[in-house]
Amino acid sequence: MNVNGVEIEDTFAEAFGMKATRLIVTADTAAWARHAAVAMTGFATSVIACGCEAGIERTLSPDETPDGRPGAAVLIFSMSGNELAKQVLNRSGQCVMTSPTSALFAGIAGEDKIKLGASLRFFGDGFQISKLFGGKRYWRIPVMDGEFLCEEYTYVSKAVGGGNLLILARSRRAALAAAECAVEAMRGVEGVIMPFPGGVVRSGSKVGSKYKALIASSNDAFCPTLKGVTATKLTPDVEAVLEIVIDGLTEKSVAAAMHAGMAAICELGAKGGVTRISAGNYGGKLGQFHFHLRKIFA
Amino acid sequence: MSGLVLTLRDPPAQRVDMSALTPDPLAGRKLDFVAALTLPCGNRKLRVDELFEVSGTPVEPRDKARITIRNASPKLDRIGSAMVAGTIAVEGDAGAYAGFGMKGGRIEISGNAGPFAAAVMSGGEIAIGGDAGDCLGSALPGDRRGMRGGLVTVAGNAGARIGDHLRRGMLLIAGDAGPYCGARMTAGTIAVLGRAADFIGFGMRRGTILLAREPERMPATFNDCGSHELHFLSLMFEYARGRGAAFAALDGFGCRVRRLGGDRGVGGLGEILIRDA
Repeated sequence: MNVNGVEIEDTFAEAFGMKATRLIVTADTAAWARHAAVAMTGFATSVIACGCEAGIERTLSPDETPDGRPGAAVLIFSMSGNELAKQVLNRSGQCVMTSPTSALFAGIAGEDKIKLGASLRFFGDGFQISKLFGGKRYWRIPVMDGEFLCEEYTYVSKAVGGGNLLILARSRRAALAAAECAVEAMRGVEGVIMPFPGGVVRSGSKVGSKYKALIASSNDAFCPTLKGVTATKLTPDVEAVLEIVIDGLTEKSVAAAMHAGMAAICELGAKGGVTRISAGNYGGKLGQFHFHLRKIFA
Repeated sequence: MSGLVLTLRDPPAQRVDMSALTPDPLAGRKLDFVAALTLPCGNRKLRVDELFEVSGTPVEPRDKARITIRNASPKLDRIGSAMVAGTIAVEGDAGAYAGFGMKGGRIEISGNAGPFAAAVMSGGEIAIGGDAGDCLGSALPGDRRGMRGGLVTVAGNAGARIGDHLRRGMLLIAGDAGPYCGARMTAGTIAVLGRAADFIGFGMRRGTILLAREPERMPATFNDCGSHELHFLSLMFEYARGRGAAFAALDGFGCRVRRLGGDRGVGGLGEILIRDA
């Protein structure tokens, strides 16, 4: 399949089942809501070493938040419910509660709970106050700028992690420009995040390593400087490859984001320096979700 | 579906215990069955159809259940006592103990409610269109367990000792509240949009009393903690929204309040929040 001079490879992205939650961070101003959300989603690019993958889903206007203030919706993904609970609690306590004027709410419904205020309330040292409105409990924790308002629980959703696109281009500059366009388009899709810096990753990995201590190592088949010395998947005209990893609350949302990204890249076309769109997989044996590029873009 | 309709024939000479007429036990029962039930009235028992004209349709199960009491009298006590689901609509006044020990469902009283309405209530909602008597949402005398959940709205005024020993839930009073409002509270929320009388929050340990204006006399055992913007109020107002014109004042209430902590006379950590425009 060739669209506007860009080859869409007949391959698929292989993704995994994950656990996720959505949190709503609010503050007096959009800027401070963003500071809190950025801190909360920091160091959360990959579960390989961060414990979770997280990102800002979108910013929220005051009429979209529980307390009528500007906010941000944050998605956090982890490989297990227990790890997710640990990450959410640590990040809520250290990154949101500490951020001036902030408040924190669940942004998703479900049956399995994760403690937010239910644990953070102990910081109040006995001065914390609980309020129950419409079946939801909130904790008011006294802090130095007033009160940190925090919903008692957030909830866990099944999710999909590891949807991806590989952008192969004639130059690094072209690959980056295409990746930026794709990420911008994907940000319009609800329920997904692209957890890497700016949504883009350059150090794509393969499973395993020649070194026993490592569980992942550089994806040499897509490293342009190794074209002549490894079983490369690159053609001679490819100078750089960038990857966009997508985590989503549903299979559908991940597919929608991949579609949006591919459409944006193809719109740039071969004139933009992109030669091919590919995807990373492990032969289909490890991940339960397979996103076939050509099916998605058909 | 109109549900069961009970139209009071004449105001009863004695007080009537209405606690048998709640939706759950009557679900699916025919009108004849309801008519033959007996209710304590003074020192006698009277058939329901001696007191009421029974009409409408059999009560549906659970949340769809609806019982309407027409020409209601303040001598009809314990309306909706211990009810768990469905709706009881009272057209007129209700007597004492309306919604006593109520666990769920909704009671709508178009007129006034007598004393001890919502006492020991643990869930559901009571909407009182007129005034509420003394001890709304309170514990019984000598008991230390007050209201433990649910929402009560009063479009008019409320009497003395509302929310005595309140543990959870919310009382929302559009008008004035009598003395000892929120006395001995241990948690929960009371909002008074009119005036609050003396001894507010007496012996209060925890919980919140929100006032639209400062009482004429504030207890000396509440200490001023300053003026603050408390954003939980926006959640509370959102929860309370849509309860009728009497509560429209909540829309412009804002989140800035003066916080007074107490009752320090008993080492309490409760709060009286006064609107700070």
